[in-house]
Amino acid sequence: MGRYVARRLLQMIPVFLGTTLLIFLMVHILPGDPIRAMFGDKGADPAQLASLREKFGLDQPLYMQYFDYMKKLFQLNFGETFGGRPVWDEMTAAFPVTIRLTIVALVIELLVGLSLGAWAGLKVGKAPDTGVLLFTLIVISVPVFIMGYLARYVFADTLGWVAPNVDDSMDITQLLLPGFVLAMLSMAYVARLTRTTFAENLRADYMRTALAKGLPRRRIVGVHLLRNSLIPVVTFIGTDIGGFIGGAVVTEGIFNVQGVGNLLFRALQQREGSTIVGIVTVFVLIILVINLIVDLLYAVLDPRIRYA
Amino acid sequence: MPDVTKSKTDAAVDAIAPPAADAAPEAPVAKPSTGKPRSLWGDAWFDLRHRPMFWTAAVMLFVLLVIAAFPGLFTSADPRAGDLTNHYLTKPELGHFFQADWFGYDIQGRSIYARVIHGTRASILVGVGVTLAITLIGGLLGLLSGYFGGWIDSIISRITDIFFGLPFLLGTMVVLNAFTERKVYVVIAALAFLGWTSICRVMRASVISAKQADYVTAARALGAGTSRMIFRHVLPNALAPTIVVATIALGGFISAEATLSYLGLGLADPTISWGIDISAGSEEIRNNLHVLIFPAGMLFLTVFAFIMLGDTVRDALDPKLR
Repeated sequence: MGRYVARRLLQMIPVFLGTTLLIFLMVHILPGDPIRAMFGDKGADPAQLASLREKFGLDQPLYMQYFDYMKKLFQLNFGETFGGRPVWDEMTAAFPVTIRLTIVALVIELLVGLSLGAWAGLKVGKAPDTGVLLFTLIVISVPVFIMGYLARYVFADTLGWVAPNVDDSMDITQLLLPGFVLAMLSMAYVARLTRTTFAENLRADYMRTALAKGLPRRRIVGVHLLRNSLIPVVTFIGTDIGGFIGGAVVTEGIFNVQGVGNLLFRALQQREGSTIVGIVTVFVLIILVINLIVDLLYAVLDPRIRYA
Repeated sequence: MPDVTKSKTDAAVDAIAPPAADAAPEAPVAKPSTGKPRSLWGDAWFDLRHRPMFWTAAVMLFVLLVIAAFPGLFTSADPRAGDLTNHYLTKPELGHFFQADWFGYDIQGRSIYARVIHGTRASILVGVGVTLAITLIGGLLGLLSGYFGGWIDSIISRITDIFFGLPFLLGTMVVLNAFTERKVYVVIAALAFLGWTSICRVMRASVISAKQADYVTAARALGAGTSRMIFRHVLPNALAPTIVVATIALGGFISAEATLSYLGLGLADPTISWGIDISAGSEEIRNNLHVLIFPAGMLFLTVFAFIMLGDTVRDALDPKLR
């Protein structure tokens, strides 16, 4: 187990370096000059542009910039925004908000998705199954931002059940609606995945054995079937965390949540390379760690899987 | 397995056969019982023909494609001409079918119906363009990686890991942010740049399993060359999962384009895109829901049709999930 984790951590290093290099190149090679953009259409005098470039290290060759960036990264120095604030401070303010939002979304996704999927999977071909399939088809077809506006229009503006804007992210009730919107798409996929694996596993030998042993139905479905059906769902959630991040930019914008999505969107508009690269770097790390946890969870869910 | 398929398709035939006059003469020939076994593709087509979901999606997509190709057939109103004095935020006239004021007017006094119709082309172009691009790029890389293995596989797989590690929508935002003039092909390129990884992985996996089949060994023993092996034996037998993933992804790319345009990072004026119009409509949501709801509804129908098509194609091509 320990050796497996160590090997996986080592394997992460090239992927981490490659991905950060990729995002670094994407931010810096592509056309568009952030320093010139700071001055808008008026333009600035060349000496001023040059001194600003020097200040942010943009006059160095690209590989030196990347090398410097990585060197500082290991000291948790993510550089400064054009406004002079450390990117690290901006991120530590924004990340907890988004993490709370993501947790709310994950809980909703799992609760609703698993129950819907289990319900459909136990009744394949019958009305609940068709209903869930149609429902998930519709949910998958509605882009997140439309879902967000409709949810806000119905639940906040018309019914008045919740506030349209999130002013206090510590208040879970305020995060419910944005969390729900963020969760919807993944929820539909979780439901479909659960349905398929439930339907497949229903025919498994261990199910017949459990039934023959005379176990109550609740235990057969709730323990034997559920635990064996969780592996694909857990895998999906591992890969889907990246999708949450894209969704967070939209959801946080609609509900005015002061999280990473909003921070990133502002950084994109101002072409603030250091903030963009910093946020994406942290996300890549989070995704890598979550995928490791997912792989370790397999062994918990299925004792036949062992890591040497 | 054949008996399962048969009973299932028979049931489907019973359900649909009476009104379907064109299917009736072909059905006996194509039935599994008449001897000659059908290929995977024949089987899939047989399965698709008997699904009402497939025909619903096909008809919707046909209409959408006609709208995208010939928007002039559906409206004569100019989608870019605004008339602020007469039409500022005019409410829809739901009885005026196919007229300029059918869906009302937006904040610049432009016909929403005309804009919805003319916005179809960009969405469909992006969806189809990205899907073709990722199928070519991802399919080729996956094929090389799966067929040749060894160091080619190692390099391609590591590159795939790196691109896969970057969150898709986020990375696309960063790429598009660098372009000031975002035409349709720029958006297609940006989405394809990060979107090819899953196709590559799927193709690689199915090529590896197809490569191990006995008929491939037999072909090699008979002295078939590399290109003949790939294009005659391995590729046709490894294509199905790739097509399934590509079809399902198509709807997602249309949705992604609209999301990016909505954020101001996708298509930009003068290109007409539902995402831009929805973004403008979202400002008016309290008092003038119609500005948002019509482009949003059209976007939903388009994505819905493509996802439904993907669902039925998957069910037809992937017998495991039946």
